[in-house]
Amino acid sequence: MRYAMAIDTLKCVGCSDCVVACQTENNVPHGYARDWITETVDGVYPSLELEFRSERCNHCDNTPCVRTCPTGASHIIEGGIVKVTPGKCIGCGACIQSCPYDARFSSPEGWVDKCTFCDHRIANGQDPACVEVCPTHCMYFGDLDDKNSNVSKVIANRKWKVLAPEAGTDPQIFYLI
Amino acid sequence: MKTTRRDFIKISSLGAGTIALGTPAIKFLAGADDSENKGKSGAVTRTPNYCEVCFWNCAGWVYKNEEGKIWKIIGNEDDPHSYGRFCPRGTGGVGMYYDEDRLKTPLMRVGEPGNQTYKEISWDEAFEHIAGKMKEIGGKYGNESIALFKHGSSGKHFGKLMSAFGSTNQAGPAYAQCKGPREEAFALTFGEPLHSPEPLDIRDTKCLVLIGSHLGENMHNGQVQEMSEAIDKGVTVITVDPRLSTAASKSKFWLPIKPATDTALLLAWINVIINEELYDKEYVDKLTIGLDKLKDHVQQYTPEWAYGITTIEPSQIRATAKAMADASPSVIVHPGRHATWYGDDTQRIRAIAILNALLGSYGRRGGFYLPTKAKLPGFPSEKNPNPAWSWRDIEPEKYPFASDGVTNLLVDGSHPDYKGKHSIKAWFVIGTNLPVSIPNTKRTVEAMDNQEFIVVIDTMPTEITGYADIVLPECTYLERYDDIRVSPHREPNIALRMPAAEPKYESKPAWWMAKELAKRLGLDAYFNFENYSEVLDWQLKQIGSSLEEMKKIGVKKFEREFDDLYFAPGEIPEFFTGSGKIELYSSELAAYGFDPMPVYKPLPEPEAGFYRLIYGRAPMHTFSRTANNPNLTDLMKENSVWINPKVAKEWDLKNDQKIWLKNQDGAISSFPIKVRVTERIRWDSVYMVHGFGHKDKRLSRAFGHGLMDTEMITNVLIDKESGGTGMRSNFVTFLTEKPEKEVQS
Repeated sequence: MRYAMAIDTLKCVGCSDCVVACQTENNVPHGYARDWITETVDGVYPSLELEFRSERCNHCDNTPCVRTCPTGASHIIEGGIVKVTPGKCIGCGACIQSCPYDARFSSPEGWVDKCTFCDHRIANGQDPACVEVCPTHCMYFGDLDDKNSNVSKVIANRKWKVLAPEAGTDPQIFYLI
Repeated sequence: MKTTRRDFIKISSLGAGTIALGTPAIKFLAGADDSENKGKSGAVTRTPNYCEVCFWNCAGWVYKNEEGKIWKIIGNEDDPHSYGRFCPRGTGGVGMYYDEDRLKTPLMRVGEPGNQTYKEISWDEAFEHIAGKMKEIGGKYGNESIALFKHGSSGKHFGKLMSAFGSTNQAGPAYAQCKGPREEAFALTFGEPLHSPEPLDIRDTKCLVLIGSHLGENMHNGQVQEMSEAIDKGVTVITVDPRLSTAASKSKFWLPIKPATDTALLLAWINVIINEELYDKEYVDKLTIGLDKLKDHVQQYTPEWAYGITTIEPSQIRATAKAMADASPSVIVHPGRHATWYGDDTQRIRAIAILNALLGSYGRRGGFYLPTKAKLPGFPSEKNPNPAWSWRDIEPEKYPFASDGVTNLLVDGSHPDYKGKHSIKAWFVIGTNLPVSIPNTKRTVEAMDNQEFIVVIDTMPTEITGYADIVLPECTYLERYDDIRVSPHREPNIALRMPAAEPKYESKPAWWMAKELAKRLGLDAYFNFENYSEVLDWQLKQIGSSLEEMKKIGVKKFEREFDDLYFAPGEIPEFFTGSGKIELYSSELAAYGFDPMPVYKPLPEPEAGFYRLIYGRAPMHTFSRTANNPNLTDLMKENSVWINPKVAKEWDLKNDQKIWLKNQDGAISSFPIKVRVTERIRWDSVYMVHGFGHKDKRLSRAFGHGLMDTEMITNVLIDKESGGTGMRSNFVTFLTEKPEKEVQS
């Protein structure tokens, strides 16, 4: 079991629905977000390329955040999902510093928060809130070990990239290009 | 000229009702069986609703958590507006409910008009006062002298009240500040306006042309989703925009047009499609009238001619015309929605309609489907009185093709400079923030200052509430019943809105306010029910459903009566135009002295040092009404002004620098705006998202964030056919120092 996400940049319009859906689903306090939109523009008018990306924790295979956590609050659960146990987190912020994706933040309660791939929803057979809400249907979620899963199929059939491959974290969010 | 088409689209009023009962105190949540909605402790519950954050009105489910508190809103899978997925605004709609800045109690102005100090009053006091004023002003000047500005679902309840009272002086910005010219252009060409949602078969189209639509930034939900589906199927998207819009970035062809020259490009496309015989010959022969005249007319509009005007190369114009023809009839030249740009908008959209006709896309798969809707009978009520005059009589010579109330005509009739016989003396305003939604704020304010009485009904303390004598706090759409949503679509469908929670604070639903006012005006017979749920249940039972059923399913679809989603092969349908054909040449326009076929007319250009102000939408905000929503301000809390790097260099402007804007008439922005230096905008224009720069301090999150584009829109070019207010001939320059505010045009 290896959960992963593929996001089609050819369809994403950068609307931020994934962001607000995550916030309401997970009761993320106002002013904080577990996912966000990045926009990149290349070229000179009118020869331009524009890309929107919905970004979040990459649930890496090689996890600097888990390695640097002094208390074991950051940990990996089944399917490779990286999670934080609030009761164990002392809010030292070592994981925030170590993450090449800037995917973690200190919550108002003092512990470090981040994307969970909505593991509470996966347990009920549902997709993460961001995937379920996306009005462009640009996100695919599933098990990479299952060759018939949606995410396996699009990664097999489309060109893709990952973010900050040079960091060597083996990220599990794939951007279809 | 035939008037049959416009008569045809009017909806007839209804039969007589019975005697009303007294009104005990009622709970708004209360219905026949609402126990499932009370948020049983420990269980997640859900109630159906349709969204009111924008006009798309997507149907979904409002979830309450284990504590019975409103938690999230999720799309209804059966809903053809949302296909089960809400846009960010709909998902963030919970913020409207939780916004602590909401209007909480009825308010009455203390002291003289213009003094923005209010005291809290009871609902009884408010109604007694309003009813007294209505009788007084109606007695002096006639009931017609009281006008209603309205928007959205709640506007309908006050529309009913005002019609019963005897005033059809009713209008909404949705017409003359938005889609009015488009509706008339399509009606003049195909005999029917497009309505909402537009019947565009985007999911099956092979070529989508966006000229005046930026799907993805305007989250017209079903269309955005269908465009995404079409991208998967390999659609060719052609986007015409001076800005690299989101849609432009997903297009095979992006034509970075010089702004205000769209009609020239459209006419050149028509030229190519006719001269190169790329049009659908059988369709055009059998269904349209005026091809010969059109052919002669467009000979002057060659791609080479258009190049000098639009800056689009002739080869690109020909290539895109060919791409459209290759896809024909599965091609859509998108009609747009907010069409009030340049004051020649009916003519510009006529060119779009004509192009679609030549491509044979209207009534064809992958083009424009033929919508249908459920036939829901109206609740029995007294017949409305016939008013002695209406909005059209304010300036009887103006806007002969306007088929719906024109807000700016009501403003004209309210203004101290009005010389005619039909003055407006009092305003009701519900669900629309007029100083921001109607351009030329100064004139709107002068008209308001000239009123004897103003009532504003809203959920939030928006700018318009500061001009009211009485403010009534409406509850949000999550706390009320409203009319059943009946919209035209591929299949007839209906959707229910019901309260998920009791109204917060002292807020109430608009239907209740209208009914209570009616009681005090002796108009009880028009509101012949206790709770709106009775109205809905009665209506639903007439079509084989019930409130009980709809509470469980939220959305109900019906079979189409006929197999007529598209024209049948060989069918020669009759259109509701004067000729019964699709009118490439419009005899109706000619009869009124307008151009029967679109003509390119150059528009004003900016002087040196000024840039054309283009405004648009962000996917996470609607109009000026969401800028204080805590969930949506989290996504975007202010607008920025987009400036091309070449221009920024010339002015030495940097990203995030705060500047003020001044327009061609000397109007200066109240607040500064952050600079966004970006290649995405042309060097002759600047761009900003509409709806920011709020001036009312009671909007704690929105106050002073960003810049209000409406302040910069003082040059309004009116579309003479429809009355639409063209807002895109305004030019701004940059002020890097905080200006002295004595100059304000």
